[in-house]
Amino acid sequence: MDTIVKAIVFLPLIGFLIAGLLGTQIGAKASEYVTCGLMLVTAALSWFVFFHVALGEEEMISVSVLRWIQSGGFDVDWAFRVDTLTAVMFVVVNTVSTLVHIYSIGYMHHDPNRPRFFAYLSLFTFAMLMLITSDNLLQMFFGWEGVGVASYLLIGFWYKKPSANAAAMKAFIVNRVGDFGFALGIFCVFVLFGSINFETIFAAARNYLPAEGAAAGDVVINLFGMQLDKGHALTATCLLLFMGAMGKSAQFLLHTWLPDAMEGPTPVSALIHAATMVTAGVFLVARMSPLFELSPDALTFVTLIGAITAFFAATVGLVQNDIKRVIAYSTCSQLGYMFVALGVGAYGAAIFHLFTHAFFKALLFLGAGSVIHAVDGEQDMRHMGGLRTHIPVTYWMMFIGTIALTGVGIPGTVIGTAGFFSKDAIIESAFASHSVVSGFAFVLLVIAALFTSFYSWRLTFMTFHGKPRASSDVMHHVHESPQVMLVPLYILAAGALVAGFLFHDYFFGHHYAEFWQGSLFTSAENELLEEFHHVPLWVKWSPFAAMALGLLTAWYMYIRSPETPKYLAEQHRGLYQFLLNKWYFDELYDFLFVRTAKRLGTFLWKEGDGRVIDGYGPNGIAARVLDVTDRVVRLQTGYLYHYAFAMLIGIAALVTWMMLGSSF
Amino acid sequence: MTDWPVLSAVTFMPLVGVLLLLLTREDSAYGRRNILNVSLLTTIFTFLVSLYVWYQFDPSNPGFQMIEKREWLGAGISYHLGVDGISILFVPLTAFLMPFCVLASWVTIEKRLKEYMIAFLILETLMLGVFVSLDIILFYVFFEAGLIPMFIIIGVWGGKERVYASYKFFLYTLLGSVLMLLAMMAMYWQAGTTDITQLLAYQFPRQMQTWLWLAFFASFAVKMPMWPVHTWLPDAHVQAPTAGSVILAGILLKLGGYGFLRFSLPMFPLASDFFAPFVFTLSVIAIIYTSLVAMMQTDIKKLIAYSSVAHMGYVTMGTFAANVQGVQGAIFQMLSHGIVSGALFLCVGVVYDRLHTREIAAYGGLVNNMPKYAVAFMVFTMANVGLPGTSGFVGEVLTLVGAFRANTWVALFATSGVILSAAYALWLYRRVIFGALEKESLKALLDLSPREKLILYPLVILTIFFGVYPAPVFDATAASVDLLVNNYAAALQAAQDVALSVQ
Repeated sequence: MDTIVKAIVFLPLIGFLIAGLLGTQIGAKASEYVTCGLMLVTAALSWFVFFHVALGEEEMISVSVLRWIQSGGFDVDWAFRVDTLTAVMFVVVNTVSTLVHIYSIGYMHHDPNRPRFFAYLSLFTFAMLMLITSDNLLQMFFGWEGVGVASYLLIGFWYKKPSANAAAMKAFIVNRVGDFGFALGIFCVFVLFGSINFETIFAAARNYLPAEGAAAGDVVINLFGMQLDKGHALTATCLLLFMGAMGKSAQFLLHTWLPDAMEGPTPVSALIHAATMVTAGVFLVARMSPLFELSPDALTFVTLIGAITAFFAATVGLVQNDIKRVIAYSTCSQLGYMFVALGVGAYGAAIFHLFTHAFFKALLFLGAGSVIHAVDGEQDMRHMGGLRTHIPVTYWMMFIGTIALTGVGIPGTVIGTAGFFSKDAIIESAFASHSVVSGFAFVLLVIAALFTSFYSWRLTFMTFHGKPRASSDVMHHVHESPQVMLVPLYILAAGALVAGFLFHDYFFGHHYAEFWQGSLFTSAENELLEEFHHVPLWVKWSPFAAMALGLLTAWYMYIRSPETPKYLAEQHRGLYQFLLNKWYFDELYDFLFVRTAKRLGTFLWKEGDGRVIDGYGPNGIAARVLDVTDRVVRLQTGYLYHYAFAMLIGIAALVTWMMLGSSF
Repeated sequence: MTDWPVLSAVTFMPLVGVLLLLLTREDSAYGRRNILNVSLLTTIFTFLVSLYVWYQFDPSNPGFQMIEKREWLGAGISYHLGVDGISILFVPLTAFLMPFCVLASWVTIEKRLKEYMIAFLILETLMLGVFVSLDIILFYVFFEAGLIPMFIIIGVWGGKERVYASYKFFLYTLLGSVLMLLAMMAMYWQAGTTDITQLLAYQFPRQMQTWLWLAFFASFAVKMPMWPVHTWLPDAHVQAPTAGSVILAGILLKLGGYGFLRFSLPMFPLASDFFAPFVFTLSVIAIIYTSLVAMMQTDIKKLIAYSSVAHMGYVTMGTFAANVQGVQGAIFQMLSHGIVSGALFLCVGVVYDRLHTREIAAYGGLVNNMPKYAVAFMVFTMANVGLPGTSGFVGEVLTLVGAFRANTWVALFATSGVILSAAYALWLYRRVIFGALEKESLKALLDLSPREKLILYPLVILTIFFGVYPAPVFDATAASVDLLVNNYAAALQAAQDVALSVQ
């Protein structure tokens, strides 16, 4: 098994090196085949490991690879830890990545830089695998930043476009804000537990808190001026770690980079900005569940942020016109769902939604890519419409993605799409949980479900139904995508339809314990797994009602009476602009941070360094000295002999002085 | 163990090259070629010997090794050389960077090539001497004499405002060195020896430690350079020729950090502890302040120079955190910065040689016709940003861990540097490399020549190697760092015990 795990992680790296270093020599075709071939092997091995670890008996595979950093007690190795959580991520990452690799052969067909593109895709996959297999926080951080770089490179893949470059930079820097918290969280863990290896942390966490009713305990850390006992120290640690998750998973306040990231090629959006990288935050919290579970305050915060994001992103998604941005906001919103699940302690439901979401969101993105491919690069839905008959396969694939995302299914039965199982489990868990914000989260999630349904159907109707709004020239060329792009869609569509039905018992149902085998930690009081089944009937039906209402509204506004949206937008101009401009976050941040930093930088340079330090320091002195040296300069002939002579005299003087000094 | 004086050999090897160079003449292409070959071979050979030193080094021994001691100047001053885990790696680092400097000057230095190479080789000897000296007077001679060739390199082969830059450089450093010399005199009078090994064991009175610490600080802080005595660095870098910048950033800046580790921390532990918050403050200001300033620069070299100041902030912060992670991180950060900033200056040299401007605005879209250059520059940019997997990360994260253990506020502010460094580095990269190739002047630029590949590729490999497998560095430094940190803690504890018993 060790070799298999190593192969899974390193094959994409080999693919990256071959395509990246030799791409120009071996040509684009060969680069594609090499990277895709290696990914196919990786994906097959991943499923094998999944069956072996998650569905089989094996609890955990540990593989050590190489020493990394040993400094005092700070001791980390390159090592892999494959438990059920990792095995699930293996399947998600490698399946989607392989399909995206293959899809890209068709989608990027005309691009002259294909070897570079495939190299980046493989590099991303490698970094993501390092992230999910890590057995310590630092290696996770390596993968964490590694996927950030890959994302940066892929968003900016078309480097001639200024907007793509700006988006790439923004993604990296906003993520770094999150990483700032993540890094501090790692330091906290090190100080509290004396190690950042998961084994040690988790073992220590079990008995970390003093027993209930006992005294709060001594101060264990002085964090930013706060004297914290064990409980509060854990909360602070979890919050700092969560800051990293917020950045990577584009949660409220640190979400601004995700919509801009759509500047990258569409397969990238499907892989990185929908199925895998953005879920890293969810993975982080799930992985650190032994710590989070001990800190109800941190979990409450996670729930709050998740619920707000789910709601906020869905509102923005309602009015966007760029097909990819709608899906991007949808991703943001769905990630909010996952965090709510984590926050209320339903870790299994969160990972389940991560799992199903990967299928249908990748499907939607790749479907959108197929649409964009068909209409010659157009992304504005106002210039689409009526495409259903021209690209029927793509239409039906998108349709499947939409019903999976909106969670079509019959409550109380096991008939339903993937989203039906996972999303409803989250909504019901939110209601059933004992969190102080459970009511708040429940309401926001149901509203978000309504909005999700609305914008998803709006997307479908605007793109595929009604009369064509594209120019006749474009409509003339509309064509279905080649098989190399459609086959990945079929596979994802199959997943979007049946993944929920097949796996819900394992992720968050009867087989929970033997499936997860302790890789997700829940405290003894956490009985959500039982309780969410026993919510009132109206709670079970509420997401269904929201979904149906959203569908009806979208149908009314975009098929039955297409004038309504325009009318509404004019009627509520302020609100419409507010949503269209994404609650003005970009403008606010630009004013608060970007411009302030630039102004401060210029000020410190010109005034601080220039006027104060240099003015009173060397230039003040130099002004005197220069008077003198003016004369010296005239003596300078520029020959080295003179300098050497001066140097010799200097050294002689020095030595003399020292000898005199030493004889005292 | 060897019985031949290997440290003297590595230190004075470049002077052999100088002697050979004196025999050459520069009046023909053939003569030029000779000069370059002699210089290159000398530096390569020195590097090989330095590797041998590393190979001979016994990492399990925390004390000084390969000791050579000869009577010199009388009065207890001796020619005393030796290395321990703290100094050992600076020897190969110095020797490693020199061949790159020769290669970087291959075609760009058009006048007085012979003198230029002589200056560099003398500089190499002096810098190696600093790291292997075990006598404060010897240390002082090497430390201060190193200024002179650098001063000459900037003043003679520098850019337009070289005279201003070199005087600024000289003024700043002179001030500190005078104070350091006085402190050394005082140490001699107090302890009766100039031998570093004995001084390390000597306990200076608390009052005196404070003054000595301040005097040494004045010298080392300028060399680092720490805020607010950093303003000589951007000017010096901008005016220096490429190879000068490489040595300045790669080695000369490390002299200060090395000094802190060799003198301030072990010899004046009480004062170091007392002044640690002061150093933390300056370090944090350096990290945030200079990162912001770096962001707004319009000159590529100035931007990198300011980023150097920020990175040196991590070094001082880690050093005075005075725990294993902090000190090892500081050493690692210095080594890594030596490679990475050297490489960045070499990268700037590559385009400067083609276009003769360092204005960021003059560039844009280089990736279109210089893809190999873009890749190398990307790796170094990411290392500068502290991306995990590059050598820049290891030092940064360890110094931050060390600082976090010492004082969480310091770590909080210093960690914000990871955001700011990303901002200035990626913005620079975007403006120089990305974009469409629109400027006429850039369209004819060629990608890396074989010589430039020879310079940049080994550095790319090392940057990644030490990011993935930094163990050789930790192995070499661990024992000595442990000793240093333990002695430091013991000294503080002893002082505390005394204070308690007096009460």
